[in-house]
Amino acid sequence: MINQLPRYLFNFVVFVLLQVLLLNNIQFSGYVNPYLYVLFIITLPFPTPKWLLLLLGMVTGITIDVFMNTFGLHAAATVFMAYMRPGVLTLIAPRDGYETGKLPVPAHYGYLWFIKYAVLMVLLHHLFLFIVEAFSFAMFWDTLWKSVVSSFFSILFILIVMLFARDDSRIV
Amino acid sequence: MRNFFRFIIRYHAFLLFLILETLCFYFIFNYSRYHNDVYKTTSNKVSGFIFENFSGIVQYFYLKDVNRELAAENAFLRSQMPSTFEQSRDYFRAAYDSMTLQGFKYRSARVINNSVNNHFNYLTLNKGALNGIRRDMGVISTRGVVGVVLNVSEHYATVISLLNTRLKISARLKDTGFFGSLEWDGRSYRYAWLDEIPAHAAPRVGDAVVTSGFSAIFPENILIGTIDEVILNEGEGFYDIRVLLSVDFKKLHYVEVIEKYFAPEQRELEKMSEDD
Repeated sequence: MINQLPRYLFNFVVFVLLQVLLLNNIQFSGYVNPYLYVLFIITLPFPTPKWLLLLLGMVTGITIDVFMNTFGLHAAATVFMAYMRPGVLTLIAPRDGYETGKLPVPAHYGYLWFIKYAVLMVLLHHLFLFIVEAFSFAMFWDTLWKSVVSSFFSILFILIVMLFARDDSRIV
Repeated sequence: MRNFFRFIIRYHAFLLFLILETLCFYFIFNYSRYHNDVYKTTSNKVSGFIFENFSGIVQYFYLKDVNRELAAENAFLRSQMPSTFEQSRDYFRAAYDSMTLQGFKYRSARVINNSVNNHFNYLTLNKGALNGIRRDMGVISTRGVVGVVLNVSEHYATVISLLNTRLKISARLKDTGFFGSLEWDGRSYRYAWLDEIPAHAAPRVGDAVVTSGFSAIFPENILIGTIDEVILNEGEGFYDIRVLLSVDFKKLHYVEVIEKYFAPEQRELEKMSEDD
């Protein structure tokens, strides 16, 4: 696991910069903002301990918050997503479980599996994010619609980034 | 005791999750205090530096638009120069008359970070305390009102955008003079809502909405937008007016920060009256 550290550091920096410099400037009809940075948590290795997942979620979220002036909003959503990750992975586990040494990426488990996984994770993150952001159920359908549309675009961008994965063992 | 530790070890993930979420929500709710004390977010050194460099690159693609706007403003300012007016020498002006004190000072700044699609949108400017920018100064562009300065570090400042549900601005109908408060509803970045206009004000679609000049932030008569739709609330006696904002927040590059010289005095006096 330790030899994957440089790669994940690189991923972290690239995803955060992509998010704050490019994707935060993409606004279709004022509704949609794709959040690509969640891919960092999504692609962490299977045996990552739960506490590390949560702490990494916190760090990623706070970093995004610093750039977006949202203090804690993205951190809360990302920690929530990181907490749900083991559950989601068990829910969609292939018949023979996950092999050691493989990563949760399409190159290892196929696009169908990865899309299922990414959709669940991104939806959880976005629903939490937009509900906390609005912090009321007054415009519930608005919020719901916003999270669904944003999720769609986030997943689209996640898949595009996965196309740039260098080879079977590398992620970006 | 052993059972207690076993409990902690067994549920460590859930407990850590609860602790982190509590911390996050603490940040969210204590937002402004935390924000002032610890990190000034995009007005801090690291993120400000990154945004500054990146916007330096992006700026090149907008030079044409920016030039056109600056040229238009130059022409407007030239038309206000003393030389464009016919001089009449039949009046007398005392040198240090308080009537002729300068009331406002404008400083131009570049927008290095901006958003329009969150609930709470903020801008970051490339000037800060060293350039004389302070909290609660007004920010306008050539087209109209942009927002109010929130936090200032040495070289950067963050601005609460008009597109932030936390900001309310005192606004006035230019033709009839009725005033109310203008607020964004968190939806489209083109529109905001003007409330508290009484039922007998008879606003018409297309009327200009300008700043009232009541607050210690903006001068009078700065354009905010034009009326787009008028809805009369039955039984309340007030209109809800949808205002088409004159500033296109997606194309914001250069802004001016307004310093009102007597703002501290005005605030102090108003606070005194409130305390009484």
